[in-house]
Amino acid sequence: MIEVTGLVKTYGNKRAVDGISFKVNRGEILGFLGPNGAGKSTTMKMLTGFIRPDAGSATVGGIDVTKDPVAVKRQLGYLPESAPAYPEMTVEEFLSFIAEVRGFRTTTQKRERIEHVLGLTHLSSVRSQTIETLSKGYKQRVGFAQALIHNPPALILDEPTDGLDPNQKNEVRSLIKNMAAEKAVILSTHILEEVDAICTRVIIIARGQVVADETPNALRARQAGARLDEIFRTLTA
Amino acid sequence: MSQIRPLFKREFFGYFRSPVAYVFLVSFLVISVSLAFSRYGNFFKSGTASLESYFIFFPWLFMFIVPAVGMRLWSEEKKAGTIELLFTLPITTLEAVLGKFLAGWAFLALAILMSFPMALTVGFLGQPDWGVMAASYLGAILMAGAYLGICALTSALTKNQVISFVLSLAACAVFVFLGLSSFTTTLESVLPVSVADIISNFSFVTHFDAFTKGIIDPKDVVFFLSLMGFTLFLNVVALER
Repeated sequence: MIEVTGLVKTYGNKRAVDGISFKVNRGEILGFLGPNGAGKSTTMKMLTGFIRPDAGSATVGGIDVTKDPVAVKRQLGYLPESAPAYPEMTVEEFLSFIAEVRGFRTTTQKRERIEHVLGLTHLSSVRSQTIETLSKGYKQRVGFAQALIHNPPALILDEPTDGLDPNQKNEVRSLIKNMAAEKAVILSTHILEEVDAICTRVIIIARGQVVADETPNALRARQAGARLDEIFRTLTA
Repeated sequence: MSQIRPLFKREFFGYFRSPVAYVFLVSFLVISVSLAFSRYGNFFKSGTASLESYFIFFPWLFMFIVPAVGMRLWSEEKKAGTIELLFTLPITTLEAVLGKFLAGWAFLALAILMSFPMALTVGFLGQPDWGVMAASYLGAILMAGAYLGICALTSALTKNQVISFVLSLAACAVFVFLGLSSFTTTLESVLPVSVADIISNFSFVTHFDAFTKGIIDPKDVVFFLSLMGFTLFLNVVALER
């Protein structure tokens, strides 16, 4: 579903992403791990067509993102880091705007999609509140709802559980897990327990390069008896 | 292009979701009307049933007021990070640029048309030439679009709204001052007259003046429209770079 080959992005004289390649199939949840500044977000931004790669290619459902960005964006649900949204809009107004841009034009269609994602993300109680008045956890869920509104075949989530309390984290994880059967999901995180909890595969990147690409069990088997964060440290140090 | 509609709607009603729209509409009307009534405008003293003394200040007023509407168009999106959301939705840059611009323009047109009680007053007091008045309104709306094109462009260059406002103001000022006689005489003293002539032709003031006299000259219409087209093109380029 998602295929990335040799992506490169350079900012000034700093190479943020240095030849990253990987593949994600439907039904997989890929955990994208790495220290801050390793190039996780940059890779995701290139994959979603927000920034142009300097070299390499990214395809979603066989479509190259640099050749037909709009077609790729149609298939993607994307939750950017820190879940930006228009603060002066209410949750419902915001989701209605996204639904309309996503091609749900009639009132009944829109209503149906909005109700569906409001239910999925448990936002019904704050639906007519403006986004600027919401707590971080709720804002994050609005971002999540926005990414799911068109039931996309591919989901890209940049730190989806960031800023949530432990209960909310659990909720979001089970939500992702339940949807993953027919979707390709990439989620970035630096919480290692998350990988154990939901990911079917892990990619660790450091200094813009892939240093590990395997199942969580294989990762654990690298150093018998060691904790995941110790393995993470050896790989990225 | 069907994607322009939702973008337009969000942007246009966005003005009314915050106090921005109300503050803007009220101050625009208060300032423009009081300028007409002031001793510089001579709305009553002139003794003619026309809105010329109302429209005459528009090129100057727009210099300040249009940047206030345009500065947020892109800067705000960049600052809040919503630009990443916007450009990962299935829309092209051109659709986004047009949707936002048209919303801002519609808002400015609304502000201009809300001065209709002025027109009614004139109609009540005397027999104004309604054709001249309609031409003036058309000219004002076209000119507002040209100003907004410039402001949208400068807004796309920075995420800081203050910088965006100051840049817009400076750029708009250039287009106003080009038409002042004192400015053109200075220009003529350094440059060949033909060159100075061409430069002063870019002034908003000269192109707008014809409208306030009731003349809808295609070349003035084309001037404002092509300036809009050009700035919007640069706007797309600035966002895609």
